Amino acid sequence: MILIKNARVLGGDPVDLLVRDGVIAEVGTGLTAAGSTAIDAAGLIALPGLVDLHTHLREPGREDAETVESGTRSAALGGFTAVHAMANTSPVADTAGVVEQVWRLGQEAGHCDVRPVGAVTIGLAGERLAELGAMADSAAGVRVFSDDGKCVSDAVLMRRALEYVKAFDGVIAQHAQEPRLTEDAQMNEGSVSGRLGLTGWPAVAEEAIIARDCLLAAHVGSRLHVCHVSTAGSVEILRWAKSKGWNNITAEVTPHHLLLTDDLVETSPLGSYNPIYKVNPPLRTRDDVLALRDALADGTIDCVATDHAPHPVEDKEAEWAAAAMGMIGLETALSVVQEAMVDTGLLDWAGVADRMSARPARIGRLTGHGRPLAAGSAANITLYDPAPRTAVDPHGFASKSRNTPYEGMSLPGRVVATLLRGRPTVMEGKLV
Amino acid sequence: MKRHLISAADLTRDDALLILDTADELARVSERSIKKLPTLRGRTVVNLFYEDSTRTRISFEAAAKRLSADVINFSAKGSSVSKGESLKDTALTLQAMGADAVVIRHGASGAPHRLATWVDGSVVNAGDGTHEHPTQALLDAFTMRSRLGALDGRRITIVGDVLHSRVARSNVLLLHTLGAEVTLVAPPTLLPVTVQSWPCEVSYDLDAVLPKADAVMMLRVQKERMNDAYFPSAREYSRRYGLDRDRLARMSEDAIVMHPGPMNRGMEIAAEVADSPRSTIVEQVANGVTIRMAVLYLLLGGETQ
Amino acid sequence: MSDAPRAVLDGPDINRALTRIAHEIIERTKGAEGVVLLGIPTRGATLARRLGDRIAQFEGLKVPVGYLDITMYRDDLRLRPARPLGRTELPPDGIDDKTVVLVDDVLFSGRTVRAALDALGDVGRPRAVQLATLVDRGHRELPIRADYVGKNLPTAKSEQVKVHLTEIDGRDAVLLFKPGPKQRPGAAEGSEG
Repeated sequence: MILIKNARVLGGDPVDLLVRDGVIAEVGTGLTAAGSTAIDAAGLIALPGLVDLHTHLREPGREDAETVESGTRSAALGGFTAVHAMANTSPVADTAGVVEQVWRLGQEAGHCDVRPVGAVTIGLAGERLAELGAMADSAAGVRVFSDDGKCVSDAVLMRRALEYVKAFDGVIAQHAQEPRLTEDAQMNEGSVSGRLGLTGWPAVAEEAIIARDCLLAAHVGSRLHVCHVSTAGSVEILRWAKSKGWNNITAEVTPHHLLLTDDLVETSPLGSYNPIYKVNPPLRTRDDVLALRDALADGTIDCVATDHAPHPVEDKEAEWAAAAMGMIGLETALSVVQEAMVDTGLLDWAGVADRMSARPARIGRLTGHGRPLAAGSAANITLYDPAPRTAVDPHGFASKSRNTPYEGMSLPGRVVATLLRGRPTVMEGKLV
Repeated sequence: MKRHLISAADLTRDDALLILDTADELARVSERSIKKLPTLRGRTVVNLFYEDSTRTRISFEAAAKRLSADVINFSAKGSSVSKGESLKDTALTLQAMGADAVVIRHGASGAPHRLATWVDGSVVNAGDGTHEHPTQALLDAFTMRSRLGALDGRRITIVGDVLHSRVARSNVLLLHTLGAEVTLVAPPTLLPVTVQSWPCEVSYDLDAVLPKADAVMMLRVQKERMNDAYFPSAREYSRRYGLDRDRLARMSEDAIVMHPGPMNRGMEIAAEVADSPRSTIVEQVANGVTIRMAVLYLLLGGETQ
Repeated sequence: MSDAPRAVLDGPDINRALTRIAHEIIERTKGAEGVVLLGIPTRGATLARRLGDRIAQFEGLKVPVGYLDITMYRDDLRLRPARPLGRTELPPDGIDDKTVVLVDDVLFSGRTVRAALDALGDVGRPRAVQLATLVDRGHRELPIRADYVGKNLPTAKSEQVKVHLTEIDGRDAVLLFKPGPKQRPGAAEGSEG
């Protein structure tokens, strides 16, 4: 039994939460319970445990970068109680066997729930559908399918995938990147790429696929989720699609696309051409960042997803073109969202709970997560202190990798405690 | 001057003029029978070449040797680099060897920036990907200055594959710094989409620009670009953007023709234009050694922090 | 900064010194036949031109005048940021088999002259080399002495001597600076050496 005292649920007035048998038993003021462990949550925000729709845990295959164990520890420290493990492992998570392995590793680790994402096509090759049904029916219960890292660019294949997963309420999470328009692409196509002589990654390469997929999803009446939306144009297309009443379309944005811009590649204090900023989709412009923030605030973009992408040091300590794409983000996600959305007045804490817990849980068909902090809900709880401001120090991260673009940057807030079905995974900001 | 020469943007107007003035003096050294100066005795210059470029490497090598520096050539082929050694490990090796300067040619834009974070010596960019080639721009400016005088207000036209050209990027920056008016001429496919943010004019019409130019610099255009649909055919490119005898005749009488080499004769430049007295192509090569001597002297010839 | 400098030679003094040096050169070289004056930039070059004018005036003989920049031959390059180069310009007939008179403004450690001798060896083979200096302030660090001296000036090593010439500085004067609290000897502009 745990008694959380004086927590500000969704930023509201302080209340007590009594957790018993993994469930929130009671919410009220002045609660007492004999024999319970008390957590003094005065000044802390209580949020439903965060849910990430987009996490690269790298296992199996790249255990040097991350494992299910290390990645889920990282997630717990970031306030997450569930993560969706992306399919681009080695071997690719395109069979029931692989997704069950990842799911089981998550259960054994126990730091947060791990929901494997299944590949849409065999080997992410974009040619033949993987056995989506078998993955859905497996112990892992896959509902989200994605070739993330690769785009399902073939329109017919995408249509079939969208249609096929309707049978088990699945969703196709598309990495929207027109491959021909992005051959050898290195960074956002704009004035910075022009100056730096890096092959441009035009916004239209993302927007064209999103537009096509929205039309396809509407046509076949299927669920489409758009991964890591990064441009103002994509936002406009999604806004238009949603205005048509196409409610089966959802979208996510990463914390880094809410905060960072492509000019860092040129002028960062960490050095020009520092591949710490190399990510797919690329960092865009200030106008894009502002459009993404507005879209997350008004619901055009449904949720925040980290796209936590660990890479070992040697894959980033290279010349730009040779370096790996991606940045880690689980342990900084909530701070970045506070910086970009809450402290700017665009989103309140209830909004954060909605975009980082309730909606991603709903999109992933994840029961037991993203529920209101009310009596009867599973006790998945994140306690967060928004007050302190500290410089990010990746050496304290639980992730095996250190490829964070925020090193040394001052960010607000700190996850104090994370409870997974009533069991603390993080206390006093440290793993239990 | 900054410690490294990675981008033409690293140079202030005073820096650039100092390099050109120094080169003016050093050019006299190249005319005498003893071409060697003792200035960089005991200094080590490493030529780190990841791309084949015999011309540029020899030019830097000659420059360093004329200043009495020890020169180590480290080419990617046949070295540990071809066995997959990372740029960082190579950098640490050069650092351990005590390189005072590393001249780097690399296929990846920005590689010199990365190198500069790993070595203490000066880094000189000898061409990185499609980014920059600042010593080429300096030798071009030197060539233009010796033919045309001061560059303030001079009209320079750069023609060709600007999108993939490190020469064009460095030249636009340096010539702007030196007060020249640059016009880029290329098919729209071979210009960055954001070229309007560069400090220069842009035109798609070579014939409209040519009569006003004091210097025309033709960039190498790879025929293979037509396979990626940058232009329909070599013939059409040549017809619209090549410098042939007729176009040369329409240029102003004192205007010069430049090319950074290697040339595609018959593609971007006709053979008789390349070989005409208006062409500075051979001078450019000779000036390359001089300008690189000036750069190495100014980077290494004084106290270094 | 140091105290106000003291003028140890003024315009007329410098004139007289140069006139005397010109006469000495003519005398020592038997009418300045085969003499080439090579000034070391910046002020040595100006002095060389003035000496050339005087010799022409006294002897009716136009002595070739050139400039020899010694920057690239200095042994103290690493003590300061890279310096701009001065002009090297040899007379059209060169210096081979000529009597070269090197001209500098101040003779101090002798290192500038040492560098000049090295530089000279790379541009030709004179029959003989002589040295003329407006001021010899002593404190030699190399076995070098001047053949023609305008003025021997006893100085402390920590002091600085600067020559001003009308063509460059607007007036003729030789100035002696007392050492300032933080000033390194020889740190001032100029070709003291």
